[in-house]
Amino acid sequence: MRKILLTLAVMGAGLAAAPAFAQEADPAGAVSGGTAYILNTLLFLIGGFLVMWMAAGFAMLEAGLVRSKNVSMQCLKNIGLFSIAGIMFWLIGYSIAYPGFEGGFFGIADFPYAMQAVGEADTETGYSVASDWFFQMVFCATTASIVSGTLAERIKIWPFFIFTFCLTGFIYPVVVSWEWGAGWLDAMGFSDFAGSTLVHSTGGWAALAGALILGPRLGRYVDGKVVAFPGSSIPLATLGTFILWLGWFGFNGASQLAMGTIEDASDISRIFVNTNLAACAGVIAAIILTQILYKKIDITMALNGALAGLVSITAEPLTPSVPAALFIGAIGGIIVVLAVPLLDKLKIDDVVGAIPVHLLAGIWGTLIVPLTNADVPFVAQLTGVVATGVFVMITAGIIWSVLKMTLGLRPTPEEEMDGLDKVEVGVEAYPEFV
Amino acid sequence: MKLIMAIIKPFKLDEVREALSALGVAGMTVSEVKGFGRQKGQTEIYRGAEYSTNMVPKVKVEVVCDDALAPRVVEAVQQAANSGAIGDGKIFVLDVGQAIRIRTGETGETAL
Repeated sequence: MRKILLTLAVMGAGLAAAPAFAQEADPAGAVSGGTAYILNTLLFLIGGFLVMWMAAGFAMLEAGLVRSKNVSMQCLKNIGLFSIAGIMFWLIGYSIAYPGFEGGFFGIADFPYAMQAVGEADTETGYSVASDWFFQMVFCATTASIVSGTLAERIKIWPFFIFTFCLTGFIYPVVVSWEWGAGWLDAMGFSDFAGSTLVHSTGGWAALAGALILGPRLGRYVDGKVVAFPGSSIPLATLGTFILWLGWFGFNGASQLAMGTIEDASDISRIFVNTNLAACAGVIAAIILTQILYKKIDITMALNGALAGLVSITAEPLTPSVPAALFIGAIGGIIVVLAVPLLDKLKIDDVVGAIPVHLLAGIWGTLIVPLTNADVPFVAQLTGVVATGVFVMITAGIIWSVLKMTLGLRPTPEEEMDGLDKVEVGVEAYPEFV
Repeated sequence: MKLIMAIIKPFKLDEVREALSALGVAGMTVSEVKGFGRQKGQTEIYRGAEYSTNMVPKVKVEVVCDDALAPRVVEAVQQAANSGAIGDGKIFVLDVGQAIRIRTGETGETAL
């Protein structure tokens, strides 16, 4: 998310200092301070509840792609992680993400997040800070959702929740502080509009570290062969993907962070168009490629293709032309179709394809930003990708390892074969008989 | 009394049911089953990994009738479920020792 334009802060305060910024805000296109405050806040709130709804998308996508004996467990993980993320982001996450100084690696502002009093307005910022907190919190939850899909069907609930606690309270906020919190990556010109790296790759790296330490599901790789475990519900996975797609308009669109001028409103609309078309291109690329490779279209790859297209365009949904957005999204779709079997070759068991979708497409989307935005140096993009990877792999790797040595990550083989719904949740998702 | 147990292709169920109704068969029990015979399963691809479905979905129809009707029931099922392709299924005929209607306690053929 780009930092709020100074113009808006000025307008929000209702000051007459606007002429200093006249080149940025066309007077004919700007609304008065109070109206801008309301529109900016509205953008955060609408964007925020759209991104909140992505949690439902992840839950349904994952419920559809796991086997029926693990569906309740997957639903529990999703509602649990969303709630942990909310509380942790209030407690310390927001204060670490926005430490209040520039160019830093780590810092923490006053915590927990202190909301404005009843009837008070944060007029000096140009928007309600509570709306911003809400908008940032749902991004934090998105990062945690990414991890749960990769590690499905073979992890115990408590170690997963404890990891989520660390991810949402520390790992994710630190990465965010480097860029959106005006930290060192921001200072070197790194650009990540809505979080291809900050949100998606961070979640993807954490998932990869978890998958490596946790190991594959039992019986997934036998005698050098990959055993397919078809998901329990293609309709649920499809619904989940459409929900995520819808939520992405909030994710990318509201990351414009301001809607108080004609320019901002127009740019948000531009972002909607690019976001949608990148997803379309990701789907079509995946459909064509699976048809060529496997002689049949793999619906789950088409669903992943939509998400990969969305993740790819997230680093820069504003500047690309439509053909550029289509290109960026299509490459995302191709990355997924090629990377899913590649991970299987490496015996990295990613149940829903979150590593190709969020990590690899996130890297692609971040590195391609300079193609359409000449202000962004490629070196800064590469630095951001590598730094995020190193930091998240190390911190997540340590946490997963400690959890493995203390609580243990996996249920017993018998429990895993029986399904986690019975062992961990006690309620089967589909109790079909008597 | 005979128990006629037929394993048929799922899409043939309606035709079998109609053929048996025409004979005056008053009831049947149907279950969704899976299995294999000469009809091999097929190879599918899921997320880049091939897998073979070696159990093929079928429908099992069970009908109990008196001895006189049994050959006609078998013939009706055999004709209605026949598509001429491998995998059309099998019919088994078993002797039934006793039949009891739960509501009234009637036994034998009157219970059918």
